[in-house]
Amino acid sequence: MSKAQVSLRNKDILGLETMSAAEMNLILDTAKEMKNIIDRDIKKAPTLRGKAIVNLFFENSTRTRTSFELAGKYLGADVINISTSTSSVAKGESLRDTLLTVEAMGVDIIVMRHEAEGSSHYAANAVKPVIINAGDGAHEHPTQGLLDMFTIKQYKENIAGLKVAIVGDILHSRVARSNIWGLQKMGAEVHLAGPQTLLPRDIEKIGVKVHNRIEEALDQADVVNVLRIQRERQKKGLFPSAREYARLFGVNAARLALAKPDALLMHPGPMNRGLEIAPDIAYSEQSAIQEQVKNGLAVRMALLFLVLMGGTHIEAAN
Amino acid sequence: MKLLIKGGRIINPAEGMDTVGDILIENGKIAAIGQNLDAGEAQVIDAAGLVVAPGLIDMHAHLREPGLEAKEDIASGTRAAAAGGFTTIACMPNTKPVVDSSIIVSGIIHRGQTEGVVNVKVIGALSKGLEGKELAEIGDMIQAGAVAISDDGGHLDSTSLLKTGLEYTGMFNRPVITHSEDEGLAGEGFMHEGAVSAMLGVKGRPSVAEDIAVARDIMLAEYTGSPLHIAHVSSKGAVKLIREAKERGVRVTAEATPHHLTLTDEEVRSFNTAFKVNPPLRSADHVEALIAGLQDGTIDTIATDHAPHAFEEKDVEFRYAPSGFAGLETALGVILTGLYHTGKLTLTQVIEKMSYAPARLLGLASGVLKVGAPADITIIDTEYKWTVDCIKFYTRGKHSPFEGRNLRGKSLITIVNGSIIMQNGEVLK
Repeated sequence: MSKAQVSLRNKDILGLETMSAAEMNLILDTAKEMKNIIDRDIKKAPTLRGKAIVNLFFENSTRTRTSFELAGKYLGADVINISTSTSSVAKGESLRDTLLTVEAMGVDIIVMRHEAEGSSHYAANAVKPVIINAGDGAHEHPTQGLLDMFTIKQYKENIAGLKVAIVGDILHSRVARSNIWGLQKMGAEVHLAGPQTLLPRDIEKIGVKVHNRIEEALDQADVVNVLRIQRERQKKGLFPSAREYARLFGVNAARLALAKPDALLMHPGPMNRGLEIAPDIAYSEQSAIQEQVKNGLAVRMALLFLVLMGGTHIEAAN
Repeated sequence: MKLLIKGGRIINPAEGMDTVGDILIENGKIAAIGQNLDAGEAQVIDAAGLVVAPGLIDMHAHLREPGLEAKEDIASGTRAAAAGGFTTIACMPNTKPVVDSSIIVSGIIHRGQTEGVVNVKVIGALSKGLEGKELAEIGDMIQAGAVAISDDGGHLDSTSLLKTGLEYTGMFNRPVITHSEDEGLAGEGFMHEGAVSAMLGVKGRPSVAEDIAVARDIMLAEYTGSPLHIAHVSSKGAVKLIREAKERGVRVTAEATPHHLTLTDEEVRSFNTAFKVNPPLRSADHVEALIAGLQDGTIDTIATDHAPHAFEEKDVEFRYAPSGFAGLETALGVILTGLYHTGKLTLTQVIEKMSYAPARLLGLASGVLKVGAPADITIIDTEYKWTVDCIKFYTRGKHSPFEGRNLRGKSLITIVNGSIIMQNGEVLK
């Protein structure tokens, strides 16, 4: 399929499981153009002037929310943030009512983060504005998956044929799931590693390779993507201590040396340095962690543009 | 009033009867079964081409009254039952207040007679307030008419309470019905644990949680010698445990639901809350084992676990939706479509599991077609094609996992105590 035939106009972006490789490539190509805007002295482009975007966040977030907010603003859209530290259910207003209220204000895009898996599917069925999933529970975080792939492409040109190791708490990670779907569609070989208690049962059935020894996953890897370990998982008894986790599963210089010499080190943030990732490698030459943040902005600009304006990356550049 | 059902295919699992003939009903009882019965002044129902069966009996329904009438009440729930071909339903005790004393049992029976259109049987709570701490007044409730004892919908985690509950209820020769899932393992989950939950990131309720609880419950039944009935079996491990227990002579029986027999966890991919239920919809290997258990008699009955909720309660994020959905109006169509028309069960087996066997289990006189028995009869068109449309349900629970499905087979007439209460989908009372 040629790029010109692919359009994301008015499409809800719920996850990468349901997104085609052609659609992903369109976003990644467009993001390349958008990245140029970020480096300009005057960043505002008038492309989305007159459009309204609501960031509806039911969970705390710094980088994703800021990234979406700046992405919208750089393209000239009006962006409003609605944050609620508790769910709509706890507040007493149903999610449907909250969404209908936002819809009634005439917004074009609702960027939604919510602690419950499938909540963005619910939103897409409930209201007309385009829904962009900014993370639904442990399900998907499509823009993180896209920005991770964009980053890989920046350094490795092609994703196809790469060995990508995703290390850490796969069980609770929406980043892992979006990465798995996206990378598999782009032809990468995905390896997961972590303690058995943080690996979902039967996950190998979706075509990934699963390891309990992190060394096996890192061996000759092209990309090492380290996931955040939330400390409350230890309190739930899923691993004995932060110390033991770091010793057995933490990514450090010695383990990273098992990967290819030019292997890329990634982390979606926020990091627990000294737990899942050793402090000395987090900002080493192999690390793309800072670049991921910048790329996140570019990918989100591309996505906002494509769902509102449609078209190909060529038009976006003009 | 006399009624003559003429020329139907009479299926009576109690006697292995499957023959074309007539049934004469008089004064609420079956007066005669035979060939070319004389109509006299009786109203005649032409049942040519239709199946005439003992009325369906659902031993697992939640009627929600008293206290939860936004979800359902006895009037709406029994009409849903009639529409689905059921003539008797047994209701679970997780109401507000809980059915844990004889006065509430009597009250529900009374309201069933005044406001219900089918026979309502009551299942009493095992523990006071379903709190899993002290025994409810089980003997008093059974004397008031309770047909079984269960903490379904509560939290019976205490092994010692289940042991005493079985010992105590066993004195009255009534079964204890258990919802068998280990809460410690399953309690935080929202769907079956497996490949689909792995993909969706939804916390799972592992099948081993059911296996462990079923093993425990069987061991206690074996030890106490008391009858145990396991509700809504859904795991292949549970089927195996029950099969082995029956071979050893343990007094254990079991039921399976139409949804667990025909749907898998793949449905949850839509995040549609109409597929959220406990135990959860499982993977295809479990469904196969369940059907095999039904075929070889390990699973005795098919029960709906009709568990309606108000629309707005189900219209939330998957995680926050209550478990369960309406089942009375789709059960027969789903079973005929999924198990009879596919050759997995014979018609006699279907009627046995949905009428004769539950009647025996609950100690009812119905579930059979014989002279003198209550005239509770369902007339079924096994070929009737229809599409499930929740909005048209009599139940207040407008969520169903079968919404939009094309089904083949339906009850066309429901007769309770000799009166036609449902005809062609319309409840007449």
